[in-house]
Amino acid sequence: MKSDRKNIRVLVAKPGLDGHDRGAKVIARALRDAGFEVIYTGLHQTPEMVINAAVEEDVQVVGLSILSGAHNALVPEIIEGIKKEGLNDTLFLVGGIIPDEDIPGLKKCGVHMVFTPGASLQEVVEYIKKHAPARN
Amino acid sequence: MPHSKPEKESGRRPSDIEEIKKAQDAWESKLKHAEEKKPARKKRFTTLSDMEVPLLSTPADLAATGFDYLKDLGFPGEFPYTRGVQRNMYRGKLWTMRQFAGFSSAEETNKRFKLLLEHGQTGLSTAFDMPTLMGYDADSPKGRGEVGKCGVSVSSLEDMETLFSGISLGDVTTSMTINGPAIVILAMYLAVAEKQGVPKEKVRGTLQNDILKEYIAQKEWLFPVLPAVKLVVDTIEYGAKHYPNWNTVSISGYHIREAGATAVQELAFTLADGLGYVDACLARGMKIDDFAPRLSFFFDVHNDFFEEIAKFRAARRIWARLMRDRYHAKDSRSWMLRTHAQTAGVSLTAQQPYNNIVRVAVQAMAAVFGGTNSLHTNSMDETLALPTDEAVMIALRTQQIIAEESGIDNVIDPFGGSYFMETLTAKVEKETLEYIHRIDEMGGIVRAIERGYPQSEIANSAYHFQKQLEAKEKVMVGVNKYQTKETPRNFETLYIDRTVEKRQIERLVALRAKRSQHNYEVAMRHVKEAAQNDQNMMGPIIEAVKHYATLQEVCDCLRGVYGEYREAGSF
Repeated sequence: MKSDRKNIRVLVAKPGLDGHDRGAKVIARALRDAGFEVIYTGLHQTPEMVINAAVEEDVQVVGLSILSGAHNALVPEIIEGIKKEGLNDTLFLVGGIIPDEDIPGLKKCGVHMVFTPGASLQEVVEYIKKHAPARN
Repeated sequence: MPHSKPEKESGRRPSDIEEIKKAQDAWESKLKHAEEKKPARKKRFTTLSDMEVPLLSTPADLAATGFDYLKDLGFPGEFPYTRGVQRNMYRGKLWTMRQFAGFSSAEETNKRFKLLLEHGQTGLSTAFDMPTLMGYDADSPKGRGEVGKCGVSVSSLEDMETLFSGISLGDVTTSMTINGPAIVILAMYLAVAEKQGVPKEKVRGTLQNDILKEYIAQKEWLFPVLPAVKLVVDTIEYGAKHYPNWNTVSISGYHIREAGATAVQELAFTLADGLGYVDACLARGMKIDDFAPRLSFFFDVHNDFFEEIAKFRAARRIWARLMRDRYHAKDSRSWMLRTHAQTAGVSLTAQQPYNNIVRVAVQAMAAVFGGTNSLHTNSMDETLALPTDEAVMIALRTQQIIAEESGIDNVIDPFGGSYFMETLTAKVEKETLEYIHRIDEMGGIVRAIERGYPQSEIANSAYHFQKQLEAKEKVMVGVNKYQTKETPRNFETLYIDRTVEKRQIERLVALRAKRSQHNYEVAMRHVKEAAQNDQNMMGPIIEAVKHYATLQEVCDCLRGVYGEYREAGSF
């Protein structure tokens, strides 16, 4: 673990109107059980709400769960907003129904990893442990 | 005498339960011995919902449940409807094959509807996009990037007219999957039917309109729980008076199951929601037999073949008994649980997607053995995107093969009387009733939802299942077992481009410019006054949409009066 903090802080967010929160909640529990500090935004968050939550909670990791097809519209705006607030090293993860052809575009705008259906909880936990930035 | 032995055999009295039990005990001790040499493959054998399943069921096991044929099964079309709601079931009429469709613009979806009707589909089923489902117009900033994505965008009566253009609403049955703003969408549909000159009694179909399960599972809500339930009661009351063949509510377990519930939780929370609507209608002063016959249901049909069949059978039996014994309904139609079913979206895998065709076929058979009245079969590509025409056609053909090649339609409830199936049905029933009693003790489903009870039960089950999956205690072929290196995605998926959103917004702006501002304002004032005075909202909303008030304009007005629902972000 690269972080100086005792626990890695992770924001699990549901941007957009999509109400499918089974995945987000399962991931949030798994991350908590893995020893991370997890903040879950709840549903129907605008990009501004997600940005504010990331800044206020000073998280190292932002996980965005989107299953409605709105990822290309919402993800870039959230990443840009968080970086503008100075949290340049934040680890950005996206999970949900993301078509293969959209993944390169998301990575280009700052997403570190996209987890699609079939990804295991363990994979997500390991990825965060390995890549979460250090924060004091 | 060579024939003496058979004569003696036929004269023997049938073995009684005690004898069977004794023989069963003897067999079990031999089994134990055999399993010492050749152990069972697993420690626990469970259903998908993690219910322990016996290796074998016998008349002794069935007798232990207190099974009584006439009381627990009876006959098809008769109380308690365990074997089905129609007397001759599929010999009289096959289940309705109803494929859910909706994407992009109203024109595009209208084309898909016509394609499905041409290919033998018997009912329409409309999927709306996220902004529409949440009561926002296509030009709302809240819906940015979501217009036309997972359903059709309908912001006004004009869109609804386009959606059903060239389709006579007197000749089809239409299902509309919408909940939060359902009353507005229903108003638009009824306005189109009226414009087409369709008599009210010929308007047939189903509005999902089940807001309680939104708070529990699907999370597409607009208003706080009580005003939202009030709007549902408004539609039930209006429908009962004016549209005798319209099902105003489809009480849905589908989303509850997809959110991670077990089969029993799906059944329990769905029936509890149904009881919630019944109580609310009775509190309005309606009589049980005036509205209960038009309540309909919608269940998931998942991978576990026997558990699913048992679920459908138990559902009918529990509902019939509750309606007759708790609410004293006299009309037999009030006792009947009529249901639509859809194969389980969560069971589909992005990996090796052609396997999904097989999963869907197995699930569809379970629904038919379970006596469903209507069925949607998922398309193999739905975990990747909205389905293509080809994938939808395979899904529809799956139903047609079951209906017309397999012979399953010939006979009613062939699992009826199976020691195992009856034992399992009784177990599902018992555990479901335990949940319903717990919810009764909390003061009903609205209170239970406010306490977050069903929500947390479902989240627990979802997490439990995911952990079982990772421990390989549960198997998903191609995902945690029998994986292949590369997932070949060499088939086309449907892609909705951003221009759909742009064109939809342009149309909406033009509509607002050309409608009569005066008529619109007067109609909206009536909507607001009716909401403030706690009147039935159907009439005023129909008037408003006829004057091209948009979906969001009506919803915003109601949000102003009722407020909005917010959920605490717990997990």
